Amino acid sequence: MNFLSLFVLIPLLMMLGLWISRDMKQIRTVAVIGSTLLLALSVYTLVEFLAERAAGNTATMLFTDSRMWYAPLNIHYAVGVDGVSVAMLLLSSIIVFAGVFASWKIDPLPKEFFLWFMLLSTGVFGFFISVDLFTMFMFYEVALIPMYLLIGVWGSGRKTYSAMKLTLMLMGGSALLMIGILGIYYQSGLHSMNVVEIAENGNIPMNWQYFLFPMTFVGFGVLGAMFPFHTWSPDGHASAPTAVSMLHAGVLMKLGGYGCFRVAIYLMPQAATELAWIFLILTGISVVYGAFSACVQTDLKYINAYSSVSHCGLVLFAILMLNTTAMTGAVMQMLSHGLMTALFFALIGMIYGRTHTRDIREMGGLMQIMPFLSVCYVVAGLASLGLPGLSGFVAEMTIFVGSFEHADTFHRVLTIVACTSIVITAVYILRVVGKLLFGAVQNEHHRELTDAEWWERLSAITLIVCVAAIGCFPNWISDLIRHGVEPITNLLSQAL
Amino acid sequence: MEYSVIILLLPLCMFLFLGLAGHKLSERVAGILGTIGLTIATVVAYMVAFNYFTMPRNAEGVFETLQPINLEWLRFTEHLHIDLGILLDPISVMMLVVITTVSLMVHIYSLGYMHGEKGFQRYYAFLSLFSFSMLGLVVATNIFQMYIFWELVGVSSYLLIGFYYTKPAAVSASKKAFIVTRFADLGFLIGILILSFFTETFDFATLMSNPTSLVTETAGMTFMGCSVAAWAMALIFMGGAGKSAMFPLHIWLPDAMEGPTPVSALIHAATMVVAGVYLVARLFPMYCAVPEVLDLITWVGAITALYAAVVACVQTDIKRVLAFSTISQIAFMMVALGVAFNTDLHTGLGYMASMFHLFTHAMFKALLFLGAGCIIHAVHSNEMSEMGNLRKYMPVTHITFLIACLAIAGIPPFSGFFSKDEILTAVFEKSTFWGVWMTAVAGLTAFYMFRLYYRIFWWSKPTYEHHTPHEAPMTMYLPLVFLALVTCVAGFIPFGEFVSVNGEAYHIHLDWSVATTSIIVAVAAIALATWMYLSENSKPKALADKFRALHTAAYRRFYMDELYMWVTHKIIFQRICRPIAWFDRHIVDGTMNMLATVTNSVSYGIRKLQSGYIQWYVWVFIMGALLIAVLAMCF
Repeated sequence: MNFLSLFVLIPLLMMLGLWISRDMKQIRTVAVIGSTLLLALSVYTLVEFLAERAAGNTATMLFTDSRMWYAPLNIHYAVGVDGVSVAMLLLSSIIVFAGVFASWKIDPLPKEFFLWFMLLSTGVFGFFISVDLFTMFMFYEVALIPMYLLIGVWGSGRKTYSAMKLTLMLMGGSALLMIGILGIYYQSGLHSMNVVEIAENGNIPMNWQYFLFPMTFVGFGVLGAMFPFHTWSPDGHASAPTAVSMLHAGVLMKLGGYGCFRVAIYLMPQAATELAWIFLILTGISVVYGAFSACVQTDLKYINAYSSVSHCGLVLFAILMLNTTAMTGAVMQMLSHGLMTALFFALIGMIYGRTHTRDIREMGGLMQIMPFLSVCYVVAGLASLGLPGLSGFVAEMTIFVGSFEHADTFHRVLTIVACTSIVITAVYILRVVGKLLFGAVQNEHHRELTDAEWWERLSAITLIVCVAAIGCFPNWISDLIRHGVEPITNLLSQAL
Repeated sequence: MEYSVIILLLPLCMFLFLGLAGHKLSERVAGILGTIGLTIATVVAYMVAFNYFTMPRNAEGVFETLQPINLEWLRFTEHLHIDLGILLDPISVMMLVVITTVSLMVHIYSLGYMHGEKGFQRYYAFLSLFSFSMLGLVVATNIFQMYIFWELVGVSSYLLIGFYYTKPAAVSASKKAFIVTRFADLGFLIGILILSFFTETFDFATLMSNPTSLVTETAGMTFMGCSVAAWAMALIFMGGAGKSAMFPLHIWLPDAMEGPTPVSALIHAATMVVAGVYLVARLFPMYCAVPEVLDLITWVGAITALYAAVVACVQTDIKRVLAFSTISQIAFMMVALGVAFNTDLHTGLGYMASMFHLFTHAMFKALLFLGAGCIIHAVHSNEMSEMGNLRKYMPVTHITFLIACLAIAGIPPFSGFFSKDEILTAVFEKSTFWGVWMTAVAGLTAFYMFRLYYRIFWWSKPTYEHHTPHEAPMTMYLPLVFLALVTCVAGFIPFGEFVSVNGEAYHIHLDWSVATTSIIVAVAAIALATWMYLSENSKPKALADKFRALHTAAYRRFYMDELYMWVTHKIIFQRICRPIAWFDRHIVDGTMNMLATVTNSVSYGIRKLQSGYIQWYVWVFIMGALLIAVLAMCF
């Protein structure tokens, strides 16, 4: 068996382990062992991948494996990874690892929480290793369903409403996606679901591409919080429990970007070049609109959700620039945003767990009370506003330089509009940092609160180390991703 | 000279060490560690400077530009990659010396000034971070490396201004400083994007080898009536104007005085705020190719110089006076660069003058701020009205402060005289109008500095009831003495031999007609200040009453802050952010909710079809069958 399948198998085995565990200690043991194994596995995949590439293997996908699953439709369980998926697997395993520690004291029903959490991870990992459209779609759905229960049962605030809204909107997206995938399957003329095969040999008629490209792009774009289909994000994040917010904003929203990139653009490059301008405008709006909206929110999670709309908008924006540099930047932005948003949500969860409020008007001076969490929050904030040395900077700069390669006014103006987000981001980040952490203590009862426990520290430090590692040594990750992006840009340049 | 990397790495290591383990160290150990680290860096910087300037010049009589280290950090495309490296040329070596010297003085001074403050270790960590970033900025080998460190100095400045984070004023000042400079950096970034797109490089050496490449590549391209090359260079200048607090982006600097005073001396007087000047100097040959941008720089500089000097005349907070004086002096350097219109040794005199003034100003302005720190330490207030007659109590501070005041006023033989004289000469060569303008500003400088001096050290004596002010401890006054000595002798450094616009040696000679005028103006201004402020009297108040409107306007800094508040709060927050947030909640999200509501109500409506009453089903069945039968008969 191909070792990539372990990414699906480990979470499934963990679910089995969780099912038979009887107390909190066993649950934690299973969760920690499993997530550590996943982390180790993704690092192993990275090392093996780099070794293969260094040895001169130039195939688009490495470690491929394909098993017939349903012959009449030629559906395979097919796996394989390229540079982009390796980066995404690494991101997912880091966030699952940090998420386990962030939900150390989950209450009530810890066993069920972790069960659903692992099912969610199964879907996420399965999605990133799949190269078959159908299995990809299946794992995508597997990742969506647990979300409903995780928010509905363990959430806070208007959790039923939010869970329903999030699930329905994402399901709406997957309905469009289903149409898109079936269309690709029937129109490519290959009777195949394999992404690489379709991309290399398929020939989808232009008139069908005009129909299928928007379907798939919007379908995945809903998950990537594209304007105007982003409204599930603020409510969903606000109500979700900490670890779910982390995984959702950190990884699940990346599924959208990855899907747009892997399915919509890779399989339909001609339509992508023709129709990109429409979606560029929409994502350009997302970038600025999300940032402006974040400026006036008062709930910490809403601020972060809108900030995610802005940052994920930048991911889709860069993908649509359709050149190697911008697309590399897009994937780097996925990584960077995944890590730092997970960090943000983890910290917000930890602060909320102590103060029982997320309203910034009711808090202040937390730096004096919980210095560790506050310092981490400042670091996350600086990463978010693009401080060099942290991951946000390298991703954003790659995107801006790449976008500016287009010599026409339309792309130029949009790039400059997107650039302004670096100022607006600074405004809302510093506004929160100033109100929440600095100044006088607002509520005297908060003085009795304690700083982070060891598991919280571990979770935050893991994420910070990764954010700083990418920020300080960006070249290897950028090279890794660029090699994954190049086959797609080659197709695009043929399409022109 | 690979060892020059130590100058950068030591402060970086100190930052990481003090930042991560500082809270485990005692205050004393942390302070001393930080200071030792910087002392070594300073020594290495001096060695680099010595070795560099004693190297033989090359065939054209120019100091070689060295790049001992240059590593690729992030690759974008085949041509565009960010490198991190070290570039040694006369101006970067000069900046290394200035930064390490002032930073070392501030490190030593802070041992006394910050003694007993909460967060002492954190303070030293941030100082090290700042030193690292500033040094990285000046040795940048490419414009993107400069941008990286540009952002890092911005954030260190943010952290240090907000050092007293429980004070709301400090928090909002730090926020303001960061956001205003970030806005300017947006221009810088877009400028870099345009520049690199057309020249296909970030590298300074490649850019300088063909400084007109941007102009030739963009020939014929215009945007809103200006050439694209001019736009790119003007946008890059915008970044510099933000950091160097040029009008109208100056508003963050006076507020930045909320930070600890040694920080103001280091960041907001001597080093970070001159980064903009350094940026223009670094790209100077490229600016020469777009003369309209040089004119813009002259205009911005001249207006800033006058504006800041007028405002400084009426401020009552001593640190604010010094802040406006800094703005005005940096504007002098900008003007000097603006009037130097090509890379010839004489018409490019302004370049040398600007760098010379940068050097001397760093020393005497740091001295002024550190002196102000001693005074604030002694009387526990920033307000002039709480001071007076301090010369009796603080002799060392008094003498050193006086030396610095004489230097900034342009009285020979102190350093400021020489550098300012070069600037005025350069300005007069370009145009008499700007020459007269800048001489007038120099006069104002002498006036407000001596107003400050007399109000602090003479005037009347307020009754120091609670405690008598006394001289600061040795760690605090030794740096004052050192900087005062530098201020006395720096004017005699043959600066033109080391730094000039095209690298060839330039022998500084005084232009006596300019020098005499400026001395007369300065002496007259000092005499006026003496007459008005030597001892307590009602002349200043009477004068202020006479020109009430002007005085109030200047005191309120011509309402620039109010204007910014109005734009940010009333326009951006109230007219853009809130409507967008409202639109999102009620229109975009409302549509989604409406879809759900409509679906709900439709299903509620048709739910009655499945009522479970058998009679109803039979009735519908019969009616339906009849309907079909009728329809079938009709057609």
